[in-house]
Amino acid sequence: MKNLIDIKDLSVEEINNLIEVAKDIMANREKYSHKCDGKKLATLFFEPSTRTRLSFEAAMMELGGNVLGFSEASSSSVSKGESVADTIRVVGCYSDIIAMRHPKEGAPFVAAQKSTVPIINAGDGGHNHPTQTLTDLLTINCEKGRFDNLTIGVCGDLKFGRTVHSLITAMSRYKNIKFVLISPKELTIPDYIKKEILEKNNMQYCETNDIEEYMEELDILYMTRVQRERFFNEDDYVRLKDYYILNKEKLKKAKQDLCIMHPLPRVNEIATDVDDDERACYFKQAGYGKFIRMALILKLLEIK
Amino acid sequence: MNIDSIKNGFVIDHIKAGKGMEIYEKLNLNKLDCQVAIITNAKSKKTGRKDIIKIDKNINIDIDILGFIDPGITINIVKDDKIIDKFHPEAPNELINIVECQNPRCITSVEKDLDHIFILTDKENQVYRCKYCEMSLKR
Repeated sequence: MKNLIDIKDLSVEEINNLIEVAKDIMANREKYSHKCDGKKLATLFFEPSTRTRLSFEAAMMELGGNVLGFSEASSSSVSKGESVADTIRVVGCYSDIIAMRHPKEGAPFVAAQKSTVPIINAGDGGHNHPTQTLTDLLTINCEKGRFDNLTIGVCGDLKFGRTVHSLITAMSRYKNIKFVLISPKELTIPDYIKKEILEKNNMQYCETNDIEEYMEELDILYMTRVQRERFFNEDDYVRLKDYYILNKEKLKKAKQDLCIMHPLPRVNEIATDVDDDERACYFKQAGYGKFIRMALILKLLEIK
Repeated sequence: MNIDSIKNGFVIDHIKAGKGMEIYEKLNLNKLDCQVAIITNAKSKKTGRKDIIKIDKNINIDIDILGFIDPGITINIVKDDKIIDKFHPEAPNELINIVECQNPRCITSVEKDLDHIFILTDKENQVYRCKYCEMSLKR
């Protein structure tokens, strides 16, 4: 039995295979509509995340399966003091696969040790969110047609932004990738990402706090939100939350085929005047998220 | 200052000055029924100052703990008043319940039955990361 806890659990070959299946689902929706008949997905969301939960539920429903679960810890037995290990053992009796979000880092790993059914990590605190990374990879593949020879700008909160850390990790396996790291000095990328991923894999990268400095070189611009929940000091959050606002003016020098991505939800970091630009891919990206999750569910349930 | 030599046991030498008590506690040497000497701030040609621990009994020493705390130390095995072997402990690849994860967001902070496990992810720089949350161990 296999689980998906960390994007590093998947080989390049497995990721390529998931992307091919996701593309096939997009092209042949009907063919997949009964693949999971009689199967149940449990969505255990120990902290709320409407977007990710709905994406998982929509994915299972489109495969013909059913969904059960809870959307916050207060409506589960956790509020009575039950451990993750016990919850997982019980839910495994009622479902065929589990998607789990938990505020504590490493909780899905603990769940996977105890579970009798496959576990998908749907986000554990500021740690991993592998299905977001798969979503990002499918978006890049569909929009750019390749995983190599890309200059990728990542902008915003690079210190706490787990989506950025996972994306850099995932892209480190491909050739000729250059990262432009755009952040205020308070939210720069952690040293261990530079040393253990970028430098260890001989990847090119540069750092700037000016979103326009390298704009004309970028193939992809990945915007992120500054997340209030990652700050202990409200003043720091208020000062930094609107540091970057991408608008049409700032895109003047950008390539015509730039792909603008964002894991969503957006607050102010992308002005709404960008939404109609052909280069804005972030709502399409949310759509891709459902298809890659469908491919993942099929893989973990070993349904061809 | 004179401290008796030992007949059968161990001399843990070249401990970084100040680390002696940590080793004493982690190895639970206070629970032994034999003589144990801790010498702190002894003169050292190599490092200026060092700590030394002498244990006057053949016991099972957890080498992993010593390798984790300080791979630079020397373990001398003494038999019949003579040093019969000496070696340096290696930093272990895995630490189980030797240190606890200090990350308040780690699952080990709430699930009390879990083992605290750290993995050596960077041997050159002696970086250990929590198996659950991957936070590096601050030393």
